[in-house]
Amino acid sequence: MLIIDCPYCGERDETEFSYGGEAGIARPQHPESLTDAEWADYLFMRSNPRGPHRELWNHAQGCRRWFVAVRDTVTYRFSETAALQAGASGDAE
Amino acid sequence: MQNSRLPSGGRIDRKRPLNFRFNGHRLQGYAGDTLASALIANDVAVVGRGFKYHRPRGIIGSGAEEPNAIIQLGRGATAEPALRATQVELYEGLEASSVKGWPGVKFDLGAINDWAGAALAAGFYYKTFMRPAKLWKFYEHFIRRSAGLGTAPSLPDPDTYSHRNAHCDVMVVGAGPAGLAAAVTAARDGARVIIADEQSEFGGSLLASRESIDGLAAPDWVALQCRTLTNSKNVTLLPGSSVFGYYDYNFLGILQQCAIEPGAQNPGRIRQRLWRVRAKQVVLAQGAFERPLVFCNNDRPGIMLASAVSTYVNRYAVRPGRRAVVFTNNDSAYQASLDLHRAGVNVRCVVDSRPGGAGQIAESLREAAIPVHCGSIITNAYGRKRISAVEVARLDLSQRETLECDLLAMSGGWSPAVHLHSQAGGSIHWDDDRHCFVPAPSVQPNRSVGACNGTWTLATCLLEGHEAGLAAARNSGQRLPRDQFERTVSAAPKPANDAANEHATTPLWRVPGARDPERLPKQFVDYQNDTTVSDIRLAAREGYTSIEHLKRYTALGFGTDQGKLGNINGMAILAECLGKPVSAIGTTTFRPPYTPVSFGACAGESIGSLYDPVRKTAIHRWHEDQKAHFEPVGQWLRPSHYPVNGEDLQSAVQRECIATRNSVGIMDASTLGKIDVRGPDACKFLEWIYTHNVSKLPVGRCAYGIMLGEDGMIKDDGVMSRLGEQHFYVTTTTGGAAGVLAWMEKWLQTEWPQLRVHLTSMTEHYSTIAVAGPNSGRVIEKLGCDVDMSREAFPFMTFRSGNLAGVPVTLSRVSFSGELAFEINIDSRHALDTWLKLMEAGREFGITPYGTETMHVLRAEKGYVIVGQDTDGSVTPVDLRMNWLLSKDKDFLGKRSLARSDCKRSDRKQFVGLKAIDGKTVVAEGAQLVTGQPGRIPARIPIPIAGHVSSSYYSAVLQKPIALGLIRAGHTRVGETVLAIGSNGVEVPVEIVSPVFYDPKGERQNVQ
Amino acid sequence: MSRYSVFSLLRNAISHNRNWPQAWRSPAPKPAYDAIIVGGGGHGLATAYYLAKEHGLRNIAVLEKGWIGGGNTGRNTTIVRSNYLWTEAAQLYEKSLKLWEGLSAELNFNVMFSQRGVYNLGHTLQDMRDIERRVSANRLNGIDAEVVSPAEIARRIPYLNMSRTSRYPILGASFQGRGGVARHDAVAWGFARAADSCGVDIIQQCEVVGIRKRGDEVCGVETTRGFIASKKVGVVVAGHASVLAGMAGIRLPIESHPLQAFVSEPLKPVLDTVVMSNAVHGYISQSDKGELVIGAGIDAYNGYGQRGSFHTIEHAMAAIIELFPIFSRARMLRQWGGIVDVSPDACPIISKTPVRGLYFNCGWGTGGFKATPGSGWVFAHTIANDAPHELNAAFDLARFSSGALIDEHGAAAVAH
Repeated sequence: MLIIDCPYCGERDETEFSYGGEAGIARPQHPESLTDAEWADYLFMRSNPRGPHRELWNHAQGCRRWFVAVRDTVTYRFSETAALQAGASGDAE
Repeated sequence: MQNSRLPSGGRIDRKRPLNFRFNGHRLQGYAGDTLASALIANDVAVVGRGFKYHRPRGIIGSGAEEPNAIIQLGRGATAEPALRATQVELYEGLEASSVKGWPGVKFDLGAINDWAGAALAAGFYYKTFMRPAKLWKFYEHFIRRSAGLGTAPSLPDPDTYSHRNAHCDVMVVGAGPAGLAAAVTAARDGARVIIADEQSEFGGSLLASRESIDGLAAPDWVALQCRTLTNSKNVTLLPGSSVFGYYDYNFLGILQQCAIEPGAQNPGRIRQRLWRVRAKQVVLAQGAFERPLVFCNNDRPGIMLASAVSTYVNRYAVRPGRRAVVFTNNDSAYQASLDLHRAGVNVRCVVDSRPGGAGQIAESLREAAIPVHCGSIITNAYGRKRISAVEVARLDLSQRETLECDLLAMSGGWSPAVHLHSQAGGSIHWDDDRHCFVPAPSVQPNRSVGACNGTWTLATCLLEGHEAGLAAARNSGQRLPRDQFERTVSAAPKPANDAANEHATTPLWRVPGARDPERLPKQFVDYQNDTTVSDIRLAAREGYTSIEHLKRYTALGFGTDQGKLGNINGMAILAECLGKPVSAIGTTTFRPPYTPVSFGACAGESIGSLYDPVRKTAIHRWHEDQKAHFEPVGQWLRPSHYPVNGEDLQSAVQRECIATRNSVGIMDASTLGKIDVRGPDACKFLEWIYTHNVSKLPVGRCAYGIMLGEDGMIKDDGVMSRLGEQHFYVTTTTGGAAGVLAWMEKWLQTEWPQLRVHLTSMTEHYSTIAVAGPNSGRVIEKLGCDVDMSREAFPFMTFRSGNLAGVPVTLSRVSFSGELAFEINIDSRHALDTWLKLMEAGREFGITPYGTETMHVLRAEKGYVIVGQDTDGSVTPVDLRMNWLLSKDKDFLGKRSLARSDCKRSDRKQFVGLKAIDGKTVVAEGAQLVTGQPGRIPARIPIPIAGHVSSSYYSAVLQKPIALGLIRAGHTRVGETVLAIGSNGVEVPVEIVSPVFYDPKGERQNVQ
Repeated sequence: MSRYSVFSLLRNAISHNRNWPQAWRSPAPKPAYDAIIVGGGGHGLATAYYLAKEHGLRNIAVLEKGWIGGGNTGRNTTIVRSNYLWTEAAQLYEKSLKLWEGLSAELNFNVMFSQRGVYNLGHTLQDMRDIERRVSANRLNGIDAEVVSPAEIARRIPYLNMSRTSRYPILGASFQGRGGVARHDAVAWGFARAADSCGVDIIQQCEVVGIRKRGDEVCGVETTRGFIASKKVGVVVAGHASVLAGMAGIRLPIESHPLQAFVSEPLKPVLDTVVMSNAVHGYISQSDKGELVIGAGIDAYNGYGQRGSFHTIEHAMAAIIELFPIFSRARMLRQWGGIVDVSPDACPIISKTPVRGLYFNCGWGTGGFKATPGSGWVFAHTIANDAPHELNAAFDLARFSSGALIDEHGAAAVAH
């Protein structure tokens, strides 16, 4: 069972959180100008790496804030959790 | 009576005799016995039968590793299958029986398999019973009947289980010498310590030891350490508690046996408690398992592990035999010969496979005049239900000699219990000097000490434990004030005897024989699954050479002992077959749990009524008083209908429908999700979420809205009310409420954090009472309402705030029934009271409460969809003919997906009404729609499916059945007759019609 | 291939089992093959077998990074059924079920396919609507299915909690009598042995670390044992699909999650069928050894760790006790985890890719085991013909662009 370091509340048990999948998937600015394949890339395609993964978590049973984390999908270790930067989809870029 | 009880000694209470039954025999033991030790005291040699060959089996070990003495404990609802007699503490009235053997363990007809042995070798079942396929179930029936280690109770469990969460600085697993030393040291340093041991008494191997530590006899030293720990406020002692799992982030699961009598019923008491521990640091001190030696007929009753023999003699004061031979490849078993000798057992000799024999301890044997045959082996054992003799030979098989005996104590060396280290993610490596797997560096904050670290001498175990306890405490950071201990941490405990002069173990994985192992009597590697040396060799011959294949093909290590005894020998024998070193074989994964854990303990309190929380509305009690029928919707319980005078569902629903259409009905709609949306950008935000033009909605008005997933499929729907320029109130479906709020929050926070919007769930704060029907307005007015209820002043799809019977409410004039209707939103504290007043005021109009079923019929008559019933995650708003809700002026979530090629197909399944041609059949909800005439549909499978029926009812007001469904290109097929075919296969012709069956012009919502 | 039979057992018993041949060879990889299958699980081995047997290819290699059958093939709860909702899925799984029915004889290896039936329980009115919908669709698709009443369930499944007052009372069930369970390891071994006898090279301990392309065409794979050339490469690696796709520069709509399962200690026969529940999320059967085999829910996060969180196990236990209160005193003997490749519509992808000669078979999520023979059969067809069979035509990658998803999430009961 993971321990997750909520940037707002501190370390809490995994059961307080809900998972939000890959971070950094910004909604396209002009969806209507995309091809079906480009839209599908945004909608469905995921990097799903074996190793460090930038992902979203929500402290659902705490502060209800979404934040971004980097977690290794093999060791399950978090190397970083951080508040969302102003920007799209939790992407700090 | 207890013929094999020693006259003195042991940690049993001779003043407390306990009566028990085993296989129907009345026997007696003492408090402090395990079932196994009590059976030995009573000279019970055969405790079970082998899995495949049904050979008689006796007790071989003394703890969690026991593969043979598997018993069924107790009877009735509190029976427990598959327990190890070595771990069952004796109690008065205990009843146990062997789980194998028919008609009994002493005479078992299945033993015929022993003679058919070679045809039943590893994997034989993969090679036969293949045809005809149908017969497999016939064979399987007998295979299944012969399997199983005990019977599940046939009654629900009357006992209670509990969970407890705990945090500590240092978790110590195992309370043997290393564990105690670690716990005491860590506690002295001020750390919060939890120490757990699977046995009910702390001390581990020391309880059966004749060593002395710091000038105290080992058991006295243990007692002193336990007193120290018990007196420390910062220490939690968990005896009888097995640490079964080591998970990520130093999370450990511990199963605590709370009630002493495992087979007895303990009303009002917790039977087992599952501790969920987060530890900053963990010290693993679980000890090691002694390995059996592999020789012919090494499974005969009377052949035991040497350490188990010592335990039985010293700790339980029982004598496992009268004439003993000891067989070993290391020094440790010499102790067993001394223990037996002291107990008055005739130790005929020690057979040591090492040409050089033992170190220092050999001296003691000389003093005791126990002969030692170095460079010798035991090649065979005789006697079926109890050994009567063994064959001794030189390593080169010369000088064979038969020695009579009834006990053989064996030791094939030791395997550290690396299970938890491995579960924690640490790897293990083969140590060529110690001939065992030892822990490699850990990946979580844990340290292995003592025997589970491959450390054999007591002095080093104590030292390692002490050092690890200190390091763990220091590394755990924050500490309790050290108010009760001296600041200086004392030195590590020291034993009187430091057996530094110990001779190394020499591997003896398989006793050599004069012939191929295949032609010798069986040599067992895994006792519980009857895996023999020849099975392993066969698997290797056939190419199952990966250790995982070997295990799965031969079942090695798949017994309830999970290979604690047999796995290492098996791997080494495979290595021999392949001509590889053991280190090249690799190891299999150690999976939790270390020892079995009851389902009940894992589930804890979350069963029965606590399985899932029940959500009830503020008016729930009234529904109960009315004997309403409830249905679960999400976690809510909602009234489905209110039967009166023994009505069935259909009559109740028809009555409720008619009453509502003709006069007034009332429904508790409080379970609808309610979200308060406010902030300067509230409108902008909702434009993204909903498909319609939110900005065009004036303050004071309501609108029906839908939201789509980004995939363009209908996600949820509800009513939006604009309370102010920057303030909205939206409702969701009952089941979708939590998900919709979470989804909105995610978009808001991750995609549009710049939008200044706050989302607040109001679901519990407000209750919603729907009053529907031509007299609904009158009922509300009767209560005293300061809102002008006239049609002109309060038009459809608007809301008004005001006071109803003196209580502030928001009234919405919305309708899910097509009738004039109002939704009263009211603080939940006043909901029940207002409901009662409405019922009172409505009496003259025959106000009728209705449930979800009637609500479904009323809306279906109007062709309104229920998201989740008429939609299923593959339905777009276009399919529902809701194009009017799709704004062309803006982007919204899911809009782009609607433009994909598949969403633009004209033959998509589209929402339609369906009318039974015969005017009376209510088709089944879920029936499939097939294009064709009755009796004329194509016989070729698969029959093309055109759509399905999503809702279907008998409409009381229309006096006919109505149905809704989705069918290919349905919007263009109105008037066509198709077939509805349900699970019963009956074809019902139905006509595709408009989904609006009642009041198509929508005039009734304005009736006043 | 020396045939297995009761006679071969007896004959070999007389010679003390010393003359059994290898079930499959362990050849060194050749420099080039006509087709390479990446992944030596049940699906990969089945693909190789059918490529050889049905399509006449002989020069085929199966590359496995560990030991065959070591991934999800050896880590599932062995349930086989075909009662899926949508015609596309139902036909694919039904093809598989038909192959299962003759598999032991076909492979000359007893895979212990035991058709003890599968129940999907309904606990709410919506569950019952979904059951009616699925069963009626199944029947039109030629799949045996029936709706079972609570009284009938109580009669057929003793010890199931049929109390009307339980938290989620059982209102009915769907039943597929031809569904059941099989011996998972035996499926991998049986296909391996049969493929080997058709000349397929099964190469274990050979990890693919790169996919070599020439232009937009595949030309082989880089492995830990060197480069191996082939113009046809079929990848069927379950949880690691995205990793392999990445080597070819392809993105997949796949996320890998931990899925856990566990067994009890072996008990005398007490449950002779398979029981699955969606609302009370659990599924359970009893193996021939007597172990209760129980599947837990999927862990929420992406994970390649072959392990999940303990609370997921706790939930599954509570669900099982909710269904079968008598199992409270049974004890969990072993728990484990697999890596499931979850697709957006809970349906597999068996497809050509933008890279010519490179084929992917993935996205089986929690339900791949039951599809093993059928998946291999259609994948072999797709590879051999460079075009899908009509049974897997709908399961292509293009559906994620067109939107023609086959949503088996909601209405198909537990998607396992």
